Amino acid sequence: MTSLFEPNDLWGPLDPAADAGYGEDRPQRKGFFTDTSICIGCKACEVACKEWNDVPADHFDMLGSSYDNSHSLNANQWRHVAFIEQPAGRAPVDLGMPGVGGPGVGGPGVGGPGVGRPDADGEGDAESMDFRWLMSSDVCKHCTHAGCLDVCPTGALFRTEFGTVVVQDDVCNGCGYCVPACPYGVIERRTGPDDAKNVGIAQKCTLCYDRLDAGKRPACAQACPTESIQFGDVEELRERANQRVAQLHEAGVMDARLYGNDPADGVGGTGAFFLLLDEPEVYGFPPDPVVPTRDLPDMFRKASLAAATLLAGAAFAFVGRRR
Amino acid sequence: MTERPDNAVTRGGPEGVRSQTTAVPGVSDLGPKARRGGGDRSMVPDVEFTSYYGRPIVKESPWKEEIPAYLFTGGLAAGSSLLAAGADLTGRSGMRRSARFAALGALSFSMGALVRDLGKPSRFLNMLRVVKLTSPMSVGTWILSAYGPFAGAAAASELVGMLPESARTGPLRLAPYAGRPAGLVAALFAPPVAAYTAVLLADTSTPSWHEAYRELPFVFVGSAAAAASGLSLATSPLAENGPARRLALGGAALELAMEHRMERSMGITAEPLHQGTAGRFLRAAKALTVAGIAGSLLAGRSRTMAVASGAALMAGSWCTRFGVFEAGQQSARDPKYVVVPQRQRMEREGPVRYSE
Repeated sequence: MTSLFEPNDLWGPLDPAADAGYGEDRPQRKGFFTDTSICIGCKACEVACKEWNDVPADHFDMLGSSYDNSHSLNANQWRHVAFIEQPAGRAPVDLGMPGVGGPGVGGPGVGGPGVGRPDADGEGDAESMDFRWLMSSDVCKHCTHAGCLDVCPTGALFRTEFGTVVVQDDVCNGCGYCVPACPYGVIERRTGPDDAKNVGIAQKCTLCYDRLDAGKRPACAQACPTESIQFGDVEELRERANQRVAQLHEAGVMDARLYGNDPADGVGGTGAFFLLLDEPEVYGFPPDPVVPTRDLPDMFRKASLAAATLLAGAAFAFVGRRR
Repeated sequence: MTERPDNAVTRGGPEGVRSQTTAVPGVSDLGPKARRGGGDRSMVPDVEFTSYYGRPIVKESPWKEEIPAYLFTGGLAAGSSLLAAGADLTGRSGMRRSARFAALGALSFSMGALVRDLGKPSRFLNMLRVVKLTSPMSVGTWILSAYGPFAGAAAASELVGMLPESARTGPLRLAPYAGRPAGLVAALFAPPVAAYTAVLLADTSTPSWHEAYRELPFVFVGSAAAAASGLSLATSPLAENGPARRLALGGAALELAMEHRMERSMGITAEPLHQGTAGRFLRAAKALTVAGIAGSLLAGRSRTMAVASGAALMAGSWCTRFGVFEAGQQSARDPKYVVVPQRQRMEREGPVRYSE
């Protein structure tokens, strides 16, 4: 069964656009590097995304979860800013690091608001800062091996020349299979509001496919005031992310880690990856996601064996005794 | 989309295990009150995990009751086509007739359910734009496209055969001869129809579906055999139902045994199989299937027993499909079943990394 698929078809390092058949003249793979350490939670990305992509604003609730009132990534929310308030005592490692923009900590932005922690000696307003605030703008990961794309039975989901994953609204028949297939819970079938376009159709971030075609940055990256959302060639972004982590580690922010940047991970690396300051699940990410299709050859083998068992069992039931 | 962000972390273990979230310290205070009644039990005694306000990580499928109903009727159609072909080859005309009609009826219901479930039912035929091996739904669509016409032709031939001689004119006179070849081709495509639905569920990030992928195809073909045999027991002449009794026994035993094995191989993601709606369905499935097996032993002598045991087997299969479906939905709503298995795997083997 495995021979039905080419090596690395289902997982492993791969250039997704080349795999999809785009020629040598294809553009570089595009993606996002979201550096959550400098996110200020302004939600400009959410607004810009809705404005540009005409995503309806039907789900605004007072959720009682810090400043998060947009709940999650879903059909009507293609960028979602997570807010996490952590009591200092509950933080995994007490860094005792300087506060915002302290001198000599490796350049501007290192001690950004996201990593703001009270001074060990109680300098400034440390008394009132007995917690740290994590903020992170989540988005579709545009996986190298995308579960949604793999399972789509109509070809509505496709790989663009930029290596991103996009739904064709006029092809999708709303079967909903992509929804449970995504290991990150990103894509969703739109159920409303009634006057919205594409109700019944799977919806998610397109990495502003229309803007990329015109040589522009995606709306969220364009609107981000701190450049927490960085858009560019994935290769270059990965390098930039490595440098940023090294810089933060040097400054004593040992919690800083990258998420989704490794082409050998369970989804072949993501086109949109993140710098986080705590475990992925704190932000609502799966800690070690794997594309479900990785196991597909084994599933087909098991199902074939089961089918053969049924055929043999039925034949056996008719053999022998007359009644 | 769930509107109850904190529902997921209220599922504590029997000893009032605390599910932890560093995101909202207040929400983590779960006492023994979180325990549910009935057959709920925790496989893993002490589980701590972190989540974002207890919100789901993966999304549950948008599928409603049409899909588990389809899982049942698809299996019923497949099993019936196998019984019809066997009955045809062994001269059991009563059994053949009822099984061919059962296959067509179940298949028609399946198709209706599948179309109804789409977000854009008018675009049903878009499924036939592509052949995609990475999509079990695409593979399944093509399997059904191959199976359906032949199952339909076999039933049509049966129907024509019931017409009075005078009404069989023109091409209708050929219909009786088409029955056997059509029925045999349908029987050949029937096992994949019964088995692929397990891959359909398993090839997702829904924890309790994906983790079941090793045994689920066997559970589903067993369930299909039991359901179809059950219907055959209820609708065939007593004198002809020997094969249905034997297939019922084999199918039901396979279903029960593999379901048991599945629960043991799934780790913490087996928990939803015992909880809430899924737990109720699966407990009912076991009871009904066992009752069906017992009844089928007497179904060769008593019409009443044949009908009763057949009904129990069908109901058992129905409950199995709804139970497995619902368990997956429940597992997707609770971040615990995403985080904990991945963390356990990381502790055991390190993070998943591709190597040549």
